[in-house]
Amino acid sequence: MKNLLNRGPSAQVWKTGVPFIWLTGSALALCLLMITGLVALVMYNGTGFFWPSDIEAVIFKDGRKAMGQRWDKQEIPASNRTGSGQFRIQLKVGNRDVYGSDFQWIDESDIQSTDYPVDAVVFERREWGNFYGFVEALYEGENRVSNTWDVLQAQLDKTRERHEQIRQIEKDAIGDLNRQIESLRLKKREIEFGDGNADEIDAIDRESRSYWEAYERLADQLAQLRAANEIYRIDVRLIGGEVRQIATADVVRAYRPNRLGMLGKTSVYLSRVGEFLFDEPRESNTEGGVFPAIFGTVMMVFLMSLAAVPFGILAALYLREYARQGILVRVIRIAVNNLAGVPSIVFGMFGLGFFVYGIGGSIDQFFFSEALPAPTYGTGGILWASLTLALLTVPVMIVSAEEALSAVPSDVRAGSLALGATKLQTILRVVLPGALPGILTGIILVIARGAGEVAPLMITGVVKLAPALPVDGIWPFFHLERKFMHLGFHIYDVGFQSPNVEAARPMVYTTTLLLMGIVLALNLVAILVRNRLRKRFGGATF
Amino acid sequence: MAEAELANTRSEAIVPDIQNPIVTVSNLSLYYGETQALFDIDMQIPEHRVTALIGPSGCGKSTLLRCMNRLNDLIDSVRIKGVVEIDNDDIYNSGYDVISLRRQVGMVFQKSNPFPKSIYENLVYGLRIAGENRRAVLDEVVERSLQAAALWDEVKDRLDESALGLSGGQQQRLCIARAIAVEPAVILMDEPCSALDPIATGRIEETIEELKKQYTIVIVTHNMQQASRISDYTAFFYLGRLIEMAETSEMFTNPQLEQTEDYVTGRFG
Repeated sequence: MKNLLNRGPSAQVWKTGVPFIWLTGSALALCLLMITGLVALVMYNGTGFFWPSDIEAVIFKDGRKAMGQRWDKQEIPASNRTGSGQFRIQLKVGNRDVYGSDFQWIDESDIQSTDYPVDAVVFERREWGNFYGFVEALYEGENRVSNTWDVLQAQLDKTRERHEQIRQIEKDAIGDLNRQIESLRLKKREIEFGDGNADEIDAIDRESRSYWEAYERLADQLAQLRAANEIYRIDVRLIGGEVRQIATADVVRAYRPNRLGMLGKTSVYLSRVGEFLFDEPRESNTEGGVFPAIFGTVMMVFLMSLAAVPFGILAALYLREYARQGILVRVIRIAVNNLAGVPSIVFGMFGLGFFVYGIGGSIDQFFFSEALPAPTYGTGGILWASLTLALLTVPVMIVSAEEALSAVPSDVRAGSLALGATKLQTILRVVLPGALPGILTGIILVIARGAGEVAPLMITGVVKLAPALPVDGIWPFFHLERKFMHLGFHIYDVGFQSPNVEAARPMVYTTTLLLMGIVLALNLVAILVRNRLRKRFGGATF
Repeated sequence: MAEAELANTRSEAIVPDIQNPIVTVSNLSLYYGETQALFDIDMQIPEHRVTALIGPSGCGKSTLLRCMNRLNDLIDSVRIKGVVEIDNDDIYNSGYDVISLRRQVGMVFQKSNPFPKSIYENLVYGLRIAGENRRAVLDEVVERSLQAAALWDEVKDRLDESALGLSGGQQQRLCIARAIAVEPAVILMDEPCSALDPIATGRIEETIEELKKQYTIVIVTHNMQQASRISDYTAFFYLGRLIEMAETSEMFTNPQLEQTEDYVTGRFG
């Protein structure tokens, strides 16, 4: 009988192996396409957000007017079509305090004409979103100062400076006083619980009074600065003709996009990117920056690696180098592998029960009892979140470290022992250096896994808005009990929990892009270190 | 059956009279779990000579070699009966210091096994783990051992480069240099040339020729020519037993047993 494969031309083609090459190749191509598609979509939506697009002023056929920046354009579904137009545009008209909503849908068929008025101004405000209009005049109290752009910008600069001063006083000086007063209060409570020494309590009261006086002086200073800022107001004419007044103190940035050339727009763009990266969020996270979230993410990843990596390596060393290979070790190995596949929310629940309530609650009872019932460590914080994630990633570390250790040839171990080295010397001087590139690969995996995890964090310490960073200039500098912000949670919060989802959408993409960038950057660092090590050790074996 | 015959007819191997043995193996039996790998080995290794261990694969010559520096200890299932004496000390005595034994008895493996470190650090490894860190001493040892292994001229300008960048033959000579850096009394070599080309093999044989002036060398080899070229004594093993040991010239020209003759002339094995 003839071989089945030898019949017909199609069988011939199959024998060459070409179809299989195509099958495998197209599977890879599909994977790449999906990944590049994802990255491209995020890049496209995320990078354009900061670009100051031109302001369009639209005059409707019925005489009404609208002005704003183009946000979107879509085809009108046939069932909803009322006019003759096929498309409608979405304008971000801003002025939420006036119109009630930031956006307006406009059927193209309703439009009489569109133009780009050169004097149209975008005011980015600290509250209520953008304001679009034309500058009428700048007022100092009741006095009209000027209506020229340069004078206005100069005044905005000055107000911004004062605003910075105000913020500094609020955060640093007053924050400092608050802490002093709070620590005195706790001390007093401790004494009252104890022997109740009246002299000591008096001394504390006196000290605390001096702080209150200092606080009042600062409050006066703040009131003066605020008053100095508030007398400057700008009359802005809306497209409809109505005039509104906005305080210069409320303005973050003002520019006239229709007048800006490429250079001017780029400078606005960079300034907005800078604000995004290095500033704090405003308007329930839909505007401003994400610096606290960047900081929290990176610090959490570092703390997690600090806990997971050494433990994982030590456990792998025992399993591979010391433990007698048998059924027990095999069972442990399978268990560790399975642990890596447990849903992360389970680890979150465990972290909440064990770290936060269990360990944190005990710490509070023994060391911070004067602050109770307000918890110090007995509530979510960056330490507990990092430890929970470390628990989640330590199996990954163990598995990859074990693989790296077993890749070190046993002849190399024997060679070291044959030279009179002890087992410990062999492990420290020969096995670990040889396994280091592989161990670094494990660290990369741990970082990638840890940085992308959100669910367990939500119940162990991540918050929408953290009042202070976990690291600052106040002793002991690292405040690991503090709650923190995280880019992953920020994406969820801005995208789904914010009051103004439409306006926040680009922010979601931008934050996603940033998170991917940070994970990539952390991995790149680890990859660079690994490649350096490979070069140093020749790389023939590993 | 040949084995059964052997076991019944001859319990004593034919061994030469050796004047000043450095290693004495008496009555040594070794078991991997239930399987016996060595049967009552009795042999002596002469000092400052090259002794070649030959025999077909699986005859126990590598296992015997590893008994001499207790490297078999690494395998959990190994049990040993009998005595191995080095300088008249039983190395399997419970109080014996394995670390100092391995400093006295160096080893070169079948596959070169440089550590993932620089050439320099490979050579001084034995000294560093013994606590010697004086740069001048280390420098001196590096040059001496590389000279002895005929590698100095090739690597003297790149001592700080990774040892893994060397060629196979160079790596094996580096391992020889690393073994002699700690000045052992005995060097065990487990088929050191089996993975090398003829030119690299020639170099290593020259090195061994030089080394035997100062060191006692025990070498396992599958290459009859190599055994006849470099060794002073040859021991033939078969199925875990020492069959015959004699001066190499006699072993290859006038062996006492037919079985030995068959093996060294290539008729079986």
